[in-house]
Amino acid sequence: MRVTVIDYKAGNLTSVLKTLHHLGAETIVTDGGLSLVEQAERIVLPGVGHFAATSRLDETGLTGAIRAAIAKGVPFLGICVGMQWLYAGSSEAPEQSGLRHFAEQCTHFAESAEKVPHVGWNSLEIRPDSKLLAGVEKGEFVYFTHSFKGPFTADTAATTFYIEPFAAAVERGNVMGTQFHPEKSGETGLKILTNFLKWTPEATKC
Amino acid sequence: MLTKRIIACLDVRDGRVVKGVQFVDIIDAGDPATQAARHARDGADEIVLLDITATHEGRSTLLDTVRRTAKELFVPFCVGGGIRTADDAAQVFDAGADKVSVNSAALKNPMLIDDIGRSFGAQAVVVAIDARRDPKAAHPVRDAEVFVQGGRKPTGRRVVEWAREAEQRGAGEILLTSMDSDGMRTGFDCELTAAVSEAVGIPVIASGGAGAVDHFVDVFGRGKADAALAASIFHFGISSARSLKEELARAGVSVRLPC
Repeated sequence: MRVTVIDYKAGNLTSVLKTLHHLGAETIVTDGGLSLVEQAERIVLPGVGHFAATSRLDETGLTGAIRAAIAKGVPFLGICVGMQWLYAGSSEAPEQSGLRHFAEQCTHFAESAEKVPHVGWNSLEIRPDSKLLAGVEKGEFVYFTHSFKGPFTADTAATTFYIEPFAAAVERGNVMGTQFHPEKSGETGLKILTNFLKWTPEATKC
Repeated sequence: MLTKRIIACLDVRDGRVVKGVQFVDIIDAGDPATQAARHARDGADEIVLLDITATHEGRSTLLDTVRRTAKELFVPFCVGGGIRTADDAAQVFDAGADKVSVNSAALKNPMLIDDIGRSFGAQAVVVAIDARRDPKAAHPVRDAEVFVQGGRKPTGRRVVEWAREAEQRGAGEILLTSMDSDGMRTGFDCELTAAVSEAVGIPVIASGGAGAVDHFVDVFGRGKADAALAASIFHFGISSARSLKEELARAGVSVRLPC
């Protein structure tokens, strides 16, 4: 199977690519090839770093191409900042808007005695009907590194608790996202990426 | 619940894992890619590879080692040693590292921290600090000094102050090695670790001195460490991260289990 991986020059893609290859996927990397997104079978939007970097998606026209692909039903997975981009925006870069696929805003962790960023392995509470997280048991651990997070809503596929409950994963139809890094989350992460690679609309109906 | 991380550390020289005692004696302990995969399989939460090769020719060997090690590794992977410029860091990221650790070069040119952070994100920059208490000072912990060049050269900088500066410049984590404890297996320097952990808002990885499970319990409690690095405890089959974590769980420390 073939996965189009979007490069918006925010950090390195090597980890995501090598993990997709390990799972038998062929990858096509693009930083602006709109036709590659139009013809994509599956799209992964990785991301480490600052929300402001997603401005590049607007500048290159990728935002529109991704929106069209999603509307056609192409399976989409956003990772970390790539998931936050699915929301309306983030207080990390208030002038930069997200895709608005999910209406809410991402925000910084509330002030507390805990350290921010939230770095390390934390556990998941999973919505039972999640296709992305199928086969992942309650309490399994995944690797996080972030200071901003999405809110808990009806589209939340899994929550994690750190300072407050937040969206560890989102899922609505063909659009999925993880705040954690499945490519860095051992066997659990590989299971989640495999679910994404196998996802079909039929699988959602049954 | 966020768990305490157990990080396996591989000191690598000329493409082979070695282990020094107090930065001096070197013992061969195998192939880095094989060792890293084994640690991940045995439950390590993260792998750190510290290259102690001093020569220029060693650089290309290192990138090859990183590439081979990263290939089948699906837990966070940090690489340090000899990273002097943002370009050096870029090459290591390209080879498959998720984080780089900088030490001497960051003290010489602190802007290196800003530069790597800007290009790759704060989560990708670990500032490693080799610390030694100053027994003659009024406050040996507060006045602990930063050393560079594998612990050979004092810098005159105080550890806590340098950790704060690193955070302000955009470091994502601090890797604190107590040179007084390193390789001794008599326990971490909990007082020094706590002093640094309380001074910064980013995670602190404690290193140097692990020899028993109690040492880890102590550094996660009294030492306020977010993660702990173990090298000698894992070599030669003495213990695995999994068995260490099972014992930590019994002692009430929150760890990733099953793993």
